[in-house]
Amino acid sequence: MSYGRIENHPILGPLPETRRVCFLFDGRPIEAREGESIAAALLANGIRTLRAHEEQGTPRGIYCNIGHCMECRITIEGVSGFRACLSLASDGLDVCSGIVLPTPFQPAKLREGDAYE
Amino acid sequence: MIDRLDLIVIGAGPAGLSAAIASARCGLRVLVLDEFPRPGGRLLGQLHQEPDGFWWNGIKEAQQLVRQASENSVDIRTGVSVTALEQIGQTGWKIWTNRGPFSAKHVLIATGAAESACPLPGWTLPGVMSIGAAQVMTNVQRVRVGNRGVVVGMNVLSMAIVSELRLAGIELAAIVLPPKNPLNVRASDPGDVLRSLLRFAHLAPNALFRFGASFLGNSLMQRMALKLYPRRGIRMWNTPLQLRRSAVEIVGGSCVEGVRIADIDSEGVPIPGTERLIEADFVCIAGGLYPLAELAAVAGCPFRYAPELGGHVPAHDESMRTPLQGLYVAGNITGVESAKVAIAQGQVAGLSIAIDSGVPDSPTETELQTAMHRVKQMRRDALIQFDPDITACRNRMYGTNDAIG
Ligand SMILES: Cc1cc2nc3c(=O)[nH]c(=O)nc-3n(C[C@H](O)[C@H](O)[C@H](O)COP(=O)(O)OP(=O)(O)OC[C@H]3O[C@@H](n4cnc5c(N)ncnc54)[C@H](O)[C@@H]3O)c2cc1C
Ligand code: FES
Repeated sequence: MSYGRIENHPILGPLPETRRVCFLFDGRPIEAREGESIAAALLANGIRTLRAHEEQGTPRGIYCNIGHCMECRITIEGVSGFRACLSLASDGLDVCSGIVLPTPFQPAKLREGDAYE
Repeated sequence: MIDRLDLIVIGAGPAGLSAAIASARCGLRVLVLDEFPRPGGRLLGQLHQEPDGFWWNGIKEAQQLVRQASENSVDIRTGVSVTALEQIGQTGWKIWTNRGPFSAKHVLIATGAAESACPLPGWTLPGVMSIGAAQVMTNVQRVRVGNRGVVVGMNVLSMAIVSELRLAGIELAAIVLPPKNPLNVRASDPGDVLRSLLRFAHLAPNALFRFGASFLGNSLMQRMALKLYPRRGIRMWNTPLQLRRSAVEIVGGSCVEGVRIADIDSEGVPIPGTERLIEADFVCIAGGLYPLAELAAVAGCPFRYAPELGGHVPAHDESMRTPLQGLYVAGNITGVESAKVAIAQGQVAGLSIAIDSGVPDSPTETELQTAMHRVKQMRRDALIQFDPDITACRNRMYGTNDAIG
C-alpha cells in the first residue's frame, strides 16, 4: 500500500516542485524527490521495512527519523551501516536492506530468541 | 581541510546557528557541522500558532538563520557526523567525523535533544515510530506516515505534534497512555498526566480547557477531575484523548495492524476484561525529550543531574562556558526548552566565545549580560514549557535569581 505525500498543506502550502530521481532498493526502482532521504522516499512508496534484525530476523523500519536510534540501517553501494533517515536519495544509487547475519559465536539459545541471562 | 578555524559548532539547530552568527559577526571564522541533510535541527519540523495568531513556521525560521549565517561567512556543512572530540593541550580541540578530522581553538556542542523511548510489546514493528519522526515526515518531508494512527503518550510535545498531524490531514484513532511498567512510571499515571495536561491546557482546543479550568484549584479537585474524565476521552482536534485507557501491546505480523488497549484504574493498572483492539497502520510513541549530551561526556566534561531539564546536562554556567577551556554548550543539550530559548542561548555562547578568543572587535561584558537577560525573557515567555520548574532549576544551577526587569 502506498501512503503518498502531503501535496497541499493549509499552512505550509503546496509541495514545492523538485526534480525526480530514481534509485534501486533491493533491485526495485524507487522514484524519489531530489533532496529527500531514502527513508522518506521509501515510505512515500509504501515501504516500511528497511532491514531484518541481524539475529532474530524480525522486520525493522525507521523509528526516530533524525539519526538518533540507528534502527534504519541500510547498505548503500555495498557499504553497510548507513542511516536511511540521514542518507539522500540520488539517481542510480544502489540501496539494499539490512539482512540477517550469521552469528556463529552466539550460544544457540540466543539465536532462538531466548532472553539474555 | 580548512585551516585556522576559530570555532567549530557541532549541530546546526537554532542554538548552533545563532551562536555561529553571533561569533562570526565579531570576526571569528566559524565552521558548523551537522549530520542531518539540512541545516535547522529540530526547528525544521516545528509549526505552532502563537496566541497572537502568528504561525511559528520552523522551516522559515531555519531559512532565516541559515541566510544570516552565510551573510556572515559561516561555513555550514551537512551530512557530517561528529563521533569524538579531544582537547589538544592549550591549542584547542580536535574533532573526529565521518568526513575526517577538523580542529579549532573553540568548540560549541549544540546537539540538542533526543526522544526517550517508551518500550511496549510490539514496538519494533515497522510502522511504530517516535512522535518526532512523524513530525519530521509530515512537516519537513511531507510524506504521509500512514492512514490511521494511534499515539501512545501524552505530554506537551505529543499534544503539539498531534495538532500538526491533524493539520496535515492525518487521521488519528486515539491518544492513549503507555502501559504501566518500570520505565513508564510517571508517563503512565493518569493523575500525573492530567496535572501536566492542565498546565498547558491553554495550548489545547477549548474542550480540554473548559474541562480543566474548573479543576485547576487544589489536589482534591484534581483527583475528582480524573474520576469525572470521560472513559471514551475528550475529543481534541477530532481525536479522542483517552486518559483512562492505556496501550497494552502493538500487534501486527510484518508491520503495525493495531494497538490493543485497556481501561485503567486511577493508578494506571489495566482493568481485566476491558481489552479491545484499535485498528491502525502506524503508531507514534511519545516518551518525552532528554538532552543529547554524549559528545560532552566524550570530551570529558563533568555533568549535573537535573530532572527539570530532562536529565543529565553538561556542567556549564550562565555564559554557556563549561569547566573545560575552549568548550561551550548551548541549546537543548543544556536542558529541554523551546527553540526561542535555544536561539537566545546560542547568542550568549557566541558572544562568550568571541570574548574568550580576544578578537579586536570583542563584545563587551554588558553585551553579554544583555544576551543572558534575553535568555531569561525567552524562557519566561515561551509558549511551550517542557517543565514547570525550569526557571527555578536554572537559578539554582547558575546562582541567579528570578529578576527579569
Ligand atoms: C523530535 C523533536 C521534536 C521537537 N519538537 C519541538 C516542537 O515542536 N516545539 C518546540 O518548542 N520544541 C521542540 N523540540 C525541542 C527542540 O529540541 C528545541 O525546540 C530546539 O530545536 C533545540 O535547539 P538546539 O539547537 O539545541 O538543538 P536541535 O534543534 O536539536 O539541533 C541539534 C542539531 O545537532 C545535530 N547533531 C546532533 N548530534 C550530532 C553529531 N554527533 N554530529 C553532527 N550533528 C549532530 C542534529 O542533527 C541537529 O540538527 C523538539 C525536539 C525533538 C528532539
Ligand atoms: S530512524 Fe533513527 S537513526 Fe534513522
